[in-house]
Amino acid sequence: MTGATGFLGTALAERILNVIPDAKLILLIRAGRRASPIERAKREIIKNDAFNLMRERFGDDFDRYINSHLSAVPGDVSKPLLGLDDSGLDALASADIVVHSAATVSFDSPLTQAVSVNLLGPTNVGDAIKAAAQRAGKAPTDTHFITVSTAYVAGYRRGLAPEKLLRNTPFSPMPDFKTEVNVASQLRDEVERDSRVPERLEDFKKSARKELGAVGGPLLAQKLEKIRDEWVNDRLVELGIARAQSLGWPDAYTYTKALGEEALVSNHSDLAISVVRPSIIESSMIHPFPGWIKGFRMAEPIIISYARGLLKEFPGVPEGIIDVIPVDFVTGTILAVAAEDKPKPSTNIPVYQVASGSANPLRYKVLVDLVREWFLEHPLYDSQGQPILVPEWNFPGRGRVQKQLARLATNLEFADSIISHLPLRGERAELVTDLEEKKEAINRALSYVKLYGSYAETEAIFDVKNLLALWNKQSASDQLDFAFDPRLINWDSFVTEIHLPSVVKHARVKTTPDRKSTSARVDRTTSSILNDEFKVAAFDLENTVIASNVVDAYAWFATKDLPLGKKALFSLALMAEGPSLIASDRSDRGDFLRNFYRRYSKAEAAHLSEDANELFNSYLLKKAFPRAIERIRHHRRLGHKTILITGALDFVIAPLAPLFDDIVACTMTTDSRGRLTGNLDQTPPTGEARAILLGDFADKYEVSLSKCVAYADSSSDLPMLEAVGFPVAVNPEPRLLAMAKRRGWTIENWERQPGHSKLLLPIGKAR
Amino acid sequence: MSPRPGFILNVDKSYPGTLFWHGEGYRIEKLPEGSSVIYAPESLPSLSDPLGAIEDALDNPVGDSDPLDTLLTSGMRLTIAFDDVSLPLPQMVSPDIRSLIIEAVLERAARAGVEDVVLIAALALHRRMTESELRHAVGDRVYDSFYPRGLLLQHDAEDPKGLSFIGLTPQGEEVEISKRAAESDLIVYVNVNLVSMDGGHKSVATGLSSYRSLRHHHNVKTMVHSKSFMDRHNSQLHSSNWRMGAVIKEAGIKIFQIETTLNNDTFPKQFEFLQKREWEWNLKDRAKFITTSKALEATPPWMARNIFHSIRSPYGLTGVNAGEVDAVHEKTLERVYKQQLVHVSGQSDILTMGLPFIGPYNVNSIMNPILVYCLGLGYFFNMYKNKPLVRKGGVLIMSHPTRNEFDPVFHPSYIDFYENVLSETTDPIEIEAKYEKSYAEDPWYIHLYRTGNAYHGVHPFYMWYWGAHALDHLGAVIILGGDPKVAKRLGFMAASTLNDALAMASAYVGTSPSITHLHSPPLLMAQVE
Repeated sequence: MTGATGFLGTALAERILNVIPDAKLILLIRAGRRASPIERAKREIIKNDAFNLMRERFGDDFDRYINSHLSAVPGDVSKPLLGLDDSGLDALASADIVVHSAATVSFDSPLTQAVSVNLLGPTNVGDAIKAAAQRAGKAPTDTHFITVSTAYVAGYRRGLAPEKLLRNTPFSPMPDFKTEVNVASQLRDEVERDSRVPERLEDFKKSARKELGAVGGPLLAQKLEKIRDEWVNDRLVELGIARAQSLGWPDAYTYTKALGEEALVSNHSDLAISVVRPSIIESSMIHPFPGWIKGFRMAEPIIISYARGLLKEFPGVPEGIIDVIPVDFVTGTILAVAAEDKPKPSTNIPVYQVASGSANPLRYKVLVDLVREWFLEHPLYDSQGQPILVPEWNFPGRGRVQKQLARLATNLEFADSIISHLPLRGERAELVTDLEEKKEAINRALSYVKLYGSYAETEAIFDVKNLLALWNKQSASDQLDFAFDPRLINWDSFVTEIHLPSVVKHARVKTTPDRKSTSARVDRTTSSILNDEFKVAAFDLENTVIASNVVDAYAWFATKDLPLGKKALFSLALMAEGPSLIASDRSDRGDFLRNFYRRYSKAEAAHLSEDANELFNSYLLKKAFPRAIERIRHHRRLGHKTILITGALDFVIAPLAPLFDDIVACTMTTDSRGRLTGNLDQTPPTGEARAILLGDFADKYEVSLSKCVAYADSSSDLPMLEAVGFPVAVNPEPRLLAMAKRRGWTIENWERQPGHSKLLLPIGKAR
Repeated sequence: MSPRPGFILNVDKSYPGTLFWHGEGYRIEKLPEGSSVIYAPESLPSLSDPLGAIEDALDNPVGDSDPLDTLLTSGMRLTIAFDDVSLPLPQMVSPDIRSLIIEAVLERAARAGVEDVVLIAALALHRRMTESELRHAVGDRVYDSFYPRGLLLQHDAEDPKGLSFIGLTPQGEEVEISKRAAESDLIVYVNVNLVSMDGGHKSVATGLSSYRSLRHHHNVKTMVHSKSFMDRHNSQLHSSNWRMGAVIKEAGIKIFQIETTLNNDTFPKQFEFLQKREWEWNLKDRAKFITTSKALEATPPWMARNIFHSIRSPYGLTGVNAGEVDAVHEKTLERVYKQQLVHVSGQSDILTMGLPFIGPYNVNSIMNPILVYCLGLGYFFNMYKNKPLVRKGGVLIMSHPTRNEFDPVFHPSYIDFYENVLSETTDPIEIEAKYEKSYAEDPWYIHLYRTGNAYHGVHPFYMWYWGAHALDHLGAVIILGGDPKVAKRLGFMAASTLNDALAMASAYVGTSPSITHLHSPPLLMAQVE
């Protein structure tokens, strides 16, 4: 069996192992990077809750039973001969029945991947069966080859879609699959080349910088490469959809599946093949237990988006048919087909459509009403603990919905472009991440509409004569164990009692009004940081410990000896320079510091050191975050080592020395007369240099980086935050906040002690 | 006409309302009929020739002491210690009385050929003074000639090389004071005795001592048994200091004590109405009240604070005495009581008070919640002799905005005390046992105390102990106009109006309680019979 880790595959594996004790199951599984195929099988299949009942029934015997009935061989359906080695081929030869259920089911998979898996996969399996049979000296027709396709290979056909190969169905366009494969295989190279032209790379760089900020070269390059990869992928998806739609299929999935059937019959009409074509597979009705589901599939995200009030409308015709089939009906069909006599090799391969549309149709409007009523009765709750009211569904055309969503997306994009340029921090930065989340939700909704809209609008009705004939042949007891007659489904109870509760459970959404206390969560994270276990805690300075920056400190020193009236003027003038200073800070922190520190040139080093204590006590301490200082001290009380890594000048931060075991700061060279030169004697510790420095300290204190804590406020500290086991984003700027939220990092919002004027001008008093 | 003595108003229908301090502002509250409002005696006349009075005091010491000139000899070591910025409140108009006395002493020392002279601000565990505060206290002339040469010091209770262990009292209390002072041939201590707690042996034994020494009297047990700590002869705080004073004397350390007393002229002309009796306000006073209180409402608190802290008091000198500590101090007490004492008969169920923007520990800074607590339950509550103004189990209603605001420069350990200690418990005994040591020995607080302008790490604990007697005595405390969250953290309740506060108090004292209001400014002390 291939594709056992998938939704259908896992269900099938459970049925076989659970109900057919005589069967030995061999799985073809791609070898993971670390896990062997059998380990993967156990982790991804046997551990699944599908096996809960079986595990209970077997008790302590379960593992032994599984070990004696299940084996796995490494292989890959997209490779010639499935990439099987000799022992793999021998295992294949030993099989009486081969079920090929591996597919890339995501409708938006890139064309090249869809081609290699969906189109070539069945042919590759056929090739392997033949090669294995030859090795073992048996006839390839001894093996019954059941391949799982999809009912939607019918594409945009209207009316009854028969249970026949497309080549045997009138009015079915069928391009030459060899040409399609050739073109597709060159497509990736072309797109890859296209993604590397300078203008495009420049665009990628811009987006990378927008997302990360001044994180420094290596991380930026890494991000750029990721963005480029995504672009290539998106482009291939786009090309796949375009090509599919030009030929009468909604997407690359159905198109490659259809061509896969055609390739199979062209290459292997001399094998004993059956084709099973399910429609949209959803949660199980009976086996392994009602409502069982694996993974988050096509309909689920749409339903959840709707229930959360994000998706207000979805295209479709009210009287249209949504062809859904419970997963256990598909496994039942496959096993019934397997129990049949092997079909005779021919180009007229038997096809079984497992679909509900013709025998027991579920109308779109009925489904929508059921879903709406159910969520009115069982609402999800927003973060405030208020129930979310699901919107009324108007069945608009697809174009209108798309246009609406696209307009919304553009507006948000515009708002985002403005807000992301404001210097927001901490709690105010939430504004930006909220916007970000909204944008993501809209884009997701938009992609659902684009991708799945056609399924709701499909007008093909899938014939199930073969299926029903097969059903009628089953014994009463088999009908009980392997139900697959679509007429047995009561849609009302299936949707409201089985499917929706299961979807909601799997989506891990809020189904109760109680508000999660954030303080409890914060306590938990801080207790993982603040405990007796030895740690090294590194702190950034600006906006992490003190709401100040190198410009402030300079202004304070510079105004110290100015006459009273000019002090404020000077500070204000420097602040007016703010925007350009910020811009240069954003593009490269190191360059900014080097340039800015030139202003100190010719200052008396001794004077500045003397004044630093006053700067600290009269200005910096007022702008410090007491919670930050307390946190540093808390680490020290626990015996942790504390490190300050900052781009500030060493004499400025000297009064902070007692808080830290080590301090890394900028130092400036002096001339023979003890005056500062304005030049730093080393590169300022910024970006990835901080991560490296922290690594050195971790070595010094003989502790791994996973036991280090890093506190920082800006995305330029990303390398350091990423390097440690306990990253803490302090008063994060929007980009960092978004990243921290995604990655589940601890977020602290530390504030200045209230009581002083918010606007505290950096003005030094005359000596 | 001689100044009128203290007065107790019985609130009746014609009563115009009472001025309550409310932090950086004030409001008029109407107390229920039958309440009593205690007003301080009017300001005593000040000495017409302060400089002459100072010279006279130095020439004619009281008690067992020679005149200063006799004590000054060429080649001697002289240390002049003086009270820090916590006195008087608000700071007085220049020249500060301390600067006049110091100049007089220095002049005599120069005449006698004394060359080794050091000035020490007697900080104890208070914050170091800023340059402008020091200049104000000692005068520019003294500052400019002593500070640059390192001869004007601020006492450093954490300098291990700067302290001398003197000995133990019969009770086993350790006495440790400034080494420079201990090794001097003479200490001249210059006091400003704003209230009866100040001065006496407390000057040197506390002002120049260390945590090691202070903890023997700055603790919960002592404070609960100081009834009150404003009443020298019934205060264990003072008994302990006096025992230490005896040890210092026995060790041969000579102290020439100079104490000064001030009258009640606390506020300059534009704020004079604050200390007038409300029914005697004239048109101008009313206009000033209305315009200033309106203006203050529209001013952000930090700005109002800056305005108030820039006020300088026109205090007048009512007396100066010099000589032997005990004899000098008895004279001082007499004069302080003459200015501040009001006879009150009987205790009430409820005591109300308005708390001002300033206390001893937030000069030029923020009155944080812990200081609000200390000012109300420590200072104002203890302004009594014999017995408290409010009965045991009674209710204290004090008016102050009590915002969650702290000065991170002056009061860093207060912030952590508020966040980490008060969030766990408000019980002084538990706080003392569980937390005091770690705050007192914390290296970061010590660093800030020694190099910055921070109160010592243990200081917020002392604030909490200062109120321990009141906490022990009272049934409930209600902060009128206070931030409810902050009040809760302090272990109290907050009420937005006086009527609400009285309604809340009824749970403790019934619905027809007797009410006494301690009117300020100016300061007064109640002799309760």
